[in-house]
Amino acid sequence: MRRRTTTAVLGSLVLLTATGCGAADMTKQASPFANAGGTKSVTLSVQSWVGAQANVAVAQYLLQHELGYHVDTVQVDEVPAWDALSQGRVDAILEDWGHPDQEKRYVEDKKTIRRAGGLGVTGHIGWFVPAYLARQHPDITDWKNLDKYASLFRTAESGGKGQLMDGSPSYVTNDKALVKNLKLDYQVVFAGSEAAQITQIKQFAKEKKPFLTYWYAPQWLFEKVPMTEVKLPPYKEGCDADAAKVACAYPHTPLQKYLNAGFARSGGKAAAFLKKFRWTTEDQNEVSLMIADQKLSPQDAAKKWVDSHPSVWRKWLP
Amino acid sequence: MASLTVPASRTGTPRVLKSRTAGKLLLLALFAAVLAPWAAGHWPGAAWPHDLTVSVTKPLTSASDWVIDHRDSHPLFLYFFGYISNAVVLAVRAVYLTLLAAGWPGVTVLGALVAWRVAGPRLAAGTAVAFLACGALGMWVPTMQTLALMVVAVLASVAVGALLGLAAGLSDRMDRALRPVLDTMQVLPAFAYLLPVVLVFGIGVPAAVLATVVYAAPPMARLTALGLRGADPEVLEAVESLGATRRQRLLTARIPLARAELLLGLNQTIMMALSMAVIASVIGAGGLGDRVYQALASVDVGQALAAGIPIVLLAIVLDRVTAAAGTADDSAARPKTIGWVYALAVTAAAALAARLLGRLDWPSGWTLDIAAPVDRAVDWMTNHLYSGVPVVGGTADWAGHFTTWVLDPVRGGLEWLPWWSVLLIVAALAWTIGTWRTALTAVLAMAAIGVLGVWQPALDTLSQVLAAVVVTLVLGFATGIAAARSDRVERALRPVLDVFQTMPQFVYLIPVVALFGVGRAPAVAAAVVYALPAVVRITAQGLRQVDPAALESARSLGATGRQQLWQIQLPLARRSLLLAVNQGVVLVLAVVIIGGLVGGGALGYNVVLGLAQGDLATGLVAGAAIVCLGLMLDRVTQPTGRRAKKGA
Repeated sequence: MRRRTTTAVLGSLVLLTATGCGAADMTKQASPFANAGGTKSVTLSVQSWVGAQANVAVAQYLLQHELGYHVDTVQVDEVPAWDALSQGRVDAILEDWGHPDQEKRYVEDKKTIRRAGGLGVTGHIGWFVPAYLARQHPDITDWKNLDKYASLFRTAESGGKGQLMDGSPSYVTNDKALVKNLKLDYQVVFAGSEAAQITQIKQFAKEKKPFLTYWYAPQWLFEKVPMTEVKLPPYKEGCDADAAKVACAYPHTPLQKYLNAGFARSGGKAAAFLKKFRWTTEDQNEVSLMIADQKLSPQDAAKKWVDSHPSVWRKWLP
Repeated sequence: MASLTVPASRTGTPRVLKSRTAGKLLLLALFAAVLAPWAAGHWPGAAWPHDLTVSVTKPLTSASDWVIDHRDSHPLFLYFFGYISNAVVLAVRAVYLTLLAAGWPGVTVLGALVAWRVAGPRLAAGTAVAFLACGALGMWVPTMQTLALMVVAVLASVAVGALLGLAAGLSDRMDRALRPVLDTMQVLPAFAYLLPVVLVFGIGVPAAVLATVVYAAPPMARLTALGLRGADPEVLEAVESLGATRRQRLLTARIPLARAELLLGLNQTIMMALSMAVIASVIGAGGLGDRVYQALASVDVGQALAAGIPIVLLAIVLDRVTAAAGTADDSAARPKTIGWVYALAVTAAAALAARLLGRLDWPSGWTLDIAAPVDRAVDWMTNHLYSGVPVVGGTADWAGHFTTWVLDPVRGGLEWLPWWSVLLIVAALAWTIGTWRTALTAVLAMAAIGVLGVWQPALDTLSQVLAAVVVTLVLGFATGIAAARSDRVERALRPVLDVFQTMPQFVYLIPVVALFGVGRAPAVAAAVVYALPAVVRITAQGLRQVDPAALESARSLGATGRQQLWQIQLPLARRSLLLAVNQGVVLVLAVVIIGGLVGGGALGYNVVLGLAQGDLATGLVAGAAIVCLGLMLDRVTQPTGRRAKKGA
């Protein structure tokens, strides 16, 4: 019995090496669902926030209806999306908030990812309080006065301190360090996902309760729950270099697009189109709001926007 | 033989056990009296001493860098992982293209005919309706993607599981060696190994399929081994006396005799693979899971439900059909149904007809919009229940009270205990109901958490798990007792439990937050929802299996319903109740990560963080700590079952 097993194992090994003489480069494999109908296909990565969905929905609609591509979308977090982009599992990231480590590794060193220009939208992260609260206490919008109001923001989770609500673990945040370095009487509570954070913000707003939250612009939720930014010590180049010592606000980031290097070279009209894709914060918000608030499907929202803004997207077509 | 010794030992145990327990505790107390002052003097403070931690950040980070830098050049990847990955992509693609080529009429007809063949006309009708519902919800293409993924993942899991099970069933040494491996595969939270799998295979289908195999193969392996070992020795002897060789005996006697277990294994594997299909969407597997996950991003419960329902339907259909195949031993007794050849021919005809009519894709007009009404219902619920309900208070208030009065004290208490006393408590609990081996395992698992440097978050997680388990058990036992006592309740509960058990957890994240706010309370609520069905089922089944003769005699002695329950049914169903406790713990622990997505923090959040930021060290350490917690809780709750299993 034992001898037979050994022979079998040996045999299969020999067979494997014999048939496996060609290398299988797993960094160049497409999705099994791609090109199913035999059409040209593009795979776009979607991140979890609605702004990213809006970009992808419009790009997808135009690629399908104007250029005749089949478009697959894959939802991935930001850092894994870079990895997927370098391997060609996805062809493009349309909204990147700045990942210096990844840029160095894949764009500069390995050259598997290419820059594709700006999206036209500038992103900004900050601390926000609802507008109704800022009207009641106008001085609450300066970080120096936050301690005075800490008791307003107390919840069951914050353990006697004020609650600063953070969101998804995939977001860039220095909030724990900020609270510590600015010596604030606050506790950072991680909602754990953007969906949980938005749901909670909406619940607070419905009852006009005070809350302090990490949030970012552009974001459609501002249209539903107007919020005012809390002033933090001003941002200076490099003040956030050491993650443990950060004591300044977040920068304003022009959002960037990235393409897989191979796709950028031989992606034809689709690659050319994605490079030219560039719109404004207002445009993006319009689509986002249709998706998240009016509950239109991304495709329907994109169609509505495309039908009403032909002058904007005509310029993107190759 | 075994059945003879059991009653003898049962009558003898209590007194012996009591004195033994006292002895064990005394020994442990002595041990503590010597070591505790020394430990407390050496490392003061309640938290795990920093000197006793080992940082694994650096090796893990450099390992992950090495993989990324060598993925496109090292032979290990080019000649081994690359082939696996290619094979998975090709297989899934082949199945997917076949499904698309059959079109929706072909797939529906095939599904119905297969169900008819193995399980009769009623399930055939159910299967057809389920497929049509997937189409009507506008989810035909994602359903086919998930189905393609499932077919490949289940086949691979069954192959791997059967091989492992065969080895464990035929050799005692393999059995002993494999058991801890299978244990780990099952306790390890799926999220924790998504990360290394993604690192090696990249985002997408291959990684998803492999992660699914890791998760879904163990039940197949266990049940295969169980089936092979449980074969009737008389039959085997008879076969042997006929002069059959080892292999003949295996193929003609042992495997056919293990048919029921093998089919149950298949059934379990399918269910686990399906539950993984959604989690795998986090790493870009596509299909229905991806739709649920994307709907979550736009906080759209209705859309998430529209993608969740097909998963539930697929799960229920597959469960019923494979279960029916498992129980229908005597196929001769069943009325003759349609033959395989006819089934295939009819399918081909349907697919061809669809192709000629140009109706392969699901017609876009035939969809039903459930998102809007569902969203309205959820809005109504959260608007009216969240707060300000007269007398009882809103759900947000309950959540606040639960956090302040239950979660905070439990966590505070655990963190207040000096680290060495936590180890002692674990040792005492595990030793009183188990052997010194189980106690040692439990203590070592707990100590490993400290050594990994995540003592504090692990205690936080432990406090949430304990609270959730208690709530689950209280609700589960009560519902289980009700279901066991009334057929009507059980019938009404069955579909509800089915839905809760198979509905992807992502779907109810938003309602849970909308009702309980962000924090640990919604995490506990999500865990309870997830673990409750299994506890209810096991409890009800255990109570129903209580010897009817015992109940009858109690009734004839004039026992009231309550007396029957407390004095006959519950004590006799003790094993089932213990199993329910154990399953409750395991399932609650499995949702810790989902809890991290709604503000549960602690280890669950760290695992999600690791995945989202590609931070192998944070994610893997937290995942390992969850495994250790699971191991510890398992040894503390279920040593008796384990010993019994060893004999089987």
